[in-house]
Amino acid sequence: MIVIEGLHKSFDSHSVLKGVEFHIDRGDSAAIIGRSGCGKSVLLKLIIGLIRPDRGEVRIGGKIINDLSERELMTIRRKFGMVFQGAALFDSLTVAENIGFVLSREKTLTPGAISRKVDQALEMVELHGTRDKKPAELSGGMRKRVGLARALVYEPEIILYDEPTTGLDPVVADSIDKLIQKVSRQLEITSVAVTHDMRTAGRVGQKILMLHNGIIYIQGDADKLFKSTDPVVHRFVNGISDPKDATFKN
Amino acid sequence: MATAFQKFIHAPLTDLGKFALLTFETLHSLFTIRPSFRHYLYQLHFIGVKSQAVVLVTGAFTGMVLCAQTYVQFHKVNMDTATGAVVSVAMCSELGPVITALMVAGRVGAAMAAELGTMKVTEQIDALRTLAAHPVDYLVVPRFLATITSLPLLTIISIFVGIGASYLVGTLLLGIDSAYYYHNLLVYTLPTDVFIGLIKAFIFGGIIATVSCYKGLSCDQGAEGVGRATTEAVVYSSISLLIINFFLTLTLTRVFDTSLR
Ligand SMILES: Nc1ncnc2c1ncn2[C@@H]1O[C@H](COP(=O)(O)OP(=O)(O)O)[C@@H](O)[C@H]1O
Ligand SMILES: [Mg+2]
Repeated sequence: MIVIEGLHKSFDSHSVLKGVEFHIDRGDSAAIIGRSGCGKSVLLKLIIGLIRPDRGEVRIGGKIINDLSERELMTIRRKFGMVFQGAALFDSLTVAENIGFVLSREKTLTPGAISRKVDQALEMVELHGTRDKKPAELSGGMRKRVGLARALVYEPEIILYDEPTTGLDPVVADSIDKLIQKVSRQLEITSVAVTHDMRTAGRVGQKILMLHNGIIYIQGDADKLFKSTDPVVHRFVNGISDPKDATFKN
Repeated sequence: MATAFQKFIHAPLTDLGKFALLTFETLHSLFTIRPSFRHYLYQLHFIGVKSQAVVLVTGAFTGMVLCAQTYVQFHKVNMDTATGAVVSVAMCSELGPVITALMVAGRVGAAMAAELGTMKVTEQIDALRTLAAHPVDYLVVPRFLATITSLPLLTIISIFVGIGASYLVGTLLLGIDSAYYYHNLLVYTLPTDVFIGLIKAFIFGGIIATVSCYKGLSCDQGAEGVGRATTEAVVYSSISLLIINFFLTLTLTRVFDTSLR
């Protein structure tokens, strides 16, 4: 479903991705882990074509999306749902308008049918009675849920989560983890979650990929990573800082 | 050396290229994709209706000060009654459109850049793109359309109150004979003067909308980025419309016959 080959991306002189390769099959759920600033969000944005790679290939369902124009990409993106780190809800629209955004622009459904779909999506993310609220009135966890509902409502084939639990308290984070598991179980969607939270990664990803120094350093199931004796992997999964690491000096 | 080239030649040219691309995409979308009427009306209300107070005040005071200054100079050569004609022609073809555009650039350009910039910084623009909506179709086109339609209308208001206010100042305060003031004003103001003013307003509207939307959409990260985008939107659109105004005056006065019949 998603095939990434030799992906390179740099900003100015700072190279972020240096030859990332992996593939995710249809219906799989993968988690990409890595330290903050290692390029996880960049990788997600490359997958959905929001930014373009310097080198390498992104294939979605067999189709190379690198050289497509923005308007050609719009049809490909219809297959995707993306949940942003900060939810990225449109703050001039109500919750219901946010969720129904794609459906009401496509004009294939009647307003009544859209309204029912919006209700179903709100039901799915366990948010009742927020239909007519503005995003500013919601808490962080609720916003993430609305973001998820907005991505699910038009029944995409692939869903991408950018740091779904970062910045939430442990209880809310747990509920989001469960929601993601429920979504991939019930809807049989291909999902990719990016996170620096090992607990979330272990729960939402059948397959875990670790991004380190611009490449996929290791991949496998949660067990393999936890048992790994590689110092980089070991320190990451157990949350241990390295005194020799330049990031923590000065 | 390499950094100087980067800073003074490469970066500005890249910027200019991206701006041209946005302008092209906006025009292309305008003629190929039906814009949302609801968004257009909303922008028209914000840009047109809500700018009226500012335009009324600035138009009136521009007309008044122009009248007072012209009168002082013309009085020395006993041409008091020509004041109205000068004020009127200046308001119609130069000051009306330029002052209105400057005010709209400050009010609306800043708001557009701040709104789109905030959307960029909070990833709402990216969200829009993932939801299969093109930012140009959804955000830029309604703003562009609303600005190019409101600015000529606002300019008419400005010209009208400017001339009206100058008439009151001239006749009531400075004691110019009202019949002659009015007569000369009508004789020397041609429909072409008004027409030139409206063409300018139309073009200025396009400049304000594209520059401000471009600045908003290319905003850097963080609150600082939004602040800079807002300031630059106002500064760049004001400067470019003043420069373009000069060339428009040169060409339009040649294209249209502005001599008296
Ligand atoms: N649009 C951009 N322009 C310049 N640098 C960027 C941009 N987006 C990301 N970066 C850089 O790429 C690196 C990885 O960023 P990101 O993918 O957001 O990290 P994370 O893994 O925490 O999501 C960071 O060093 C960041 O500064
Ligand atoms: Mg990130």
